[in-house]
Amino acid sequence: MIIAGKELRDGMRNRWVLATTALLAALALTLAFLGAAPTGSVKVGALAVTIVSLSSLTIFLVPLIALLLSYDAIVGEVERGTMALLLAYPVARWQVVLGKFAGHLGILGFATAVGYGVAGLALQLAGAEDPGAWIAFVAMIASSMLLGAVFIAIGYFVSALVRDRGAAGGVAIGVWLFFVLLYDMALLGVLVADHGQTVTADVLNALLLLNPTDAYRLLNLTASPDVSGFAGVVGLGARAGLSPAVLVGALAAWVVAPLAAATALFARRQV
Amino acid sequence: MTGETVVMRGVARRYGRNEAVRDLDLTLSGGECVGLVGHNGAGKTTLIKMMLGLARPSSGSVLVLGEDPAAGAAARARRELGYLPENVALHPSMTGAETLAFYARLKRQPVARNAALLERVGIAAAAHRRVGAYSKGMRQRLGLAQALLGEPRVLLLDEPTSGLDPALRQSFYEIIRDLRRGGAMVLLSSHALAELEGQVDRVVVMNQGRKVADGSIADLRALAAIQPRIRLRLPRAPRAVANGPDAWAGWSSISEGVLELSCEESEVASALRGLPGAAEDIEIIRPSLDELYAAFQKGAP
Repeated sequence: MIIAGKELRDGMRNRWVLATTALLAALALTLAFLGAAPTGSVKVGALAVTIVSLSSLTIFLVPLIALLLSYDAIVGEVERGTMALLLAYPVARWQVVLGKFAGHLGILGFATAVGYGVAGLALQLAGAEDPGAWIAFVAMIASSMLLGAVFIAIGYFVSALVRDRGAAGGVAIGVWLFFVLLYDMALLGVLVADHGQTVTADVLNALLLLNPTDAYRLLNLTASPDVSGFAGVVGLGARAGLSPAVLVGALAAWVVAPLAAATALFARRQV
Repeated sequence: MTGETVVMRGVARRYGRNEAVRDLDLTLSGGECVGLVGHNGAGKTTLIKMMLGLARPSSGSVLVLGEDPAAGAAARARRELGYLPENVALHPSMTGAETLAFYARLKRQPVARNAALLERVGIAAAAHRRVGAYSKGMRQRLGLAQALLGEPRVLLLDEPTSGLDPALRQSFYEIIRDLRRGGAMVLLSSHALAELEGQVDRVVVMNQGRKVADGSIADLRALAAIQPRIRLRLPRAPRAVANGPDAWAGWSSISEGVLELSCEESEVASALRGLPGAAEDIEIIRPSLDELYAAFQKGAP
């Protein structure tokens, strides 16, 4: 907890919190107003549109921010020599990892909640909005934090695995590219080439769950009928057979597994 | 408080094929100030890291305050341990006071005592400046302050005085003397024996991972068996020495009119008594600490 507090303060001081919050708020506001403009006569609320566009934005941005925050967490401190001193104190290594995780999640959570919240509030003030979409909106913010947590955990795993900071940065970018861009492209390619022969719905479901960003996408685009209607994925969630609980479970597993692996690796690491 | 604080038995540590520390036995007691001396890469830092539990010995056992420092249960022991790493690295964006408060909380120490500690190491005036703007000496002082948190019984200082100016060094040693009086065991590592003269009561010399000497500086002198030399100048007839009377047997001429004799410590007095009145500039040269150190590094004794 003390380490979490220190990470938070560190983040405040080097403007990470400010920068990410401002970035997310600016993008969210832009999307909210530009994206909502043409919906006037359509039967979907502006907030629903915003959820769709914001969750697409989140898939790109939040993992990137999370990885940037976290890739340095272990290897960077080891390299600078601050880790040796820290571990000479009465703290266990898993406490260090969890403390940092809590701190970084706090930074990211704050940035997401405030950044997106501002956009939501602005829409609320600009015109009347149905309360139903708000639930989906809050769920979107919460799941964005969860997605952030996933990538912070992956970042720690990378950080505990590699030997120097440069490598950690490279691997982190690779992880981002893989999950955010390449995985879906490859999946699409396989689906097209396969003509539904071997890749059945069940296999596809499993493949979607294996990528946290896909789980996040499904979770948000199918969250409410209003939203999914606009996103053009009506019934996809139902047909995909993946309930929100399963999706959240998959994301949670994506937090726990890399975090546990990072802790285990770090415990054996030479400082 | 005395008694064994650090006990190492048959400790070895390998990194791949490189043996950083081999087969080392070492016992350090409370109230002792021990100098750990060796080249860069002689295994000093590895030894300290094993005492801290940051590195596990490849073989052998390490006990610090009665516990295995690498085990999870060593939290109690670590609370009574202070460590100053070589080239202390601190978080540059925090101020001095914040840094110390962070470490005090980790050690479960009241933060209220920090102001006095900062005063003691002489950086109270800079407490609210960012550590990134500190000079090397100030960072080192802050590093010492964090090592002193909670009045540790074991203090491990890795090259604490490197990069400090002489005045700073003196105040550094003053603080260490105070601690020792309080019964703490202080281990200072250094790559120069001369730097530790008068500060430590025991020296452990390391060479290529082995302990090559262990004892007080006087013990080391005796062990190294470097003989003291008597040097003097004769105003006339230097050539007389070579083929002169027996009185000068054993003396060698090292330059125009200057003679030198190597002898045992016990023979110094009688050699001096036998000198003629004409001898000038009589000097007794004992091996300097650097020579002593060099002798051990060569593996002489």
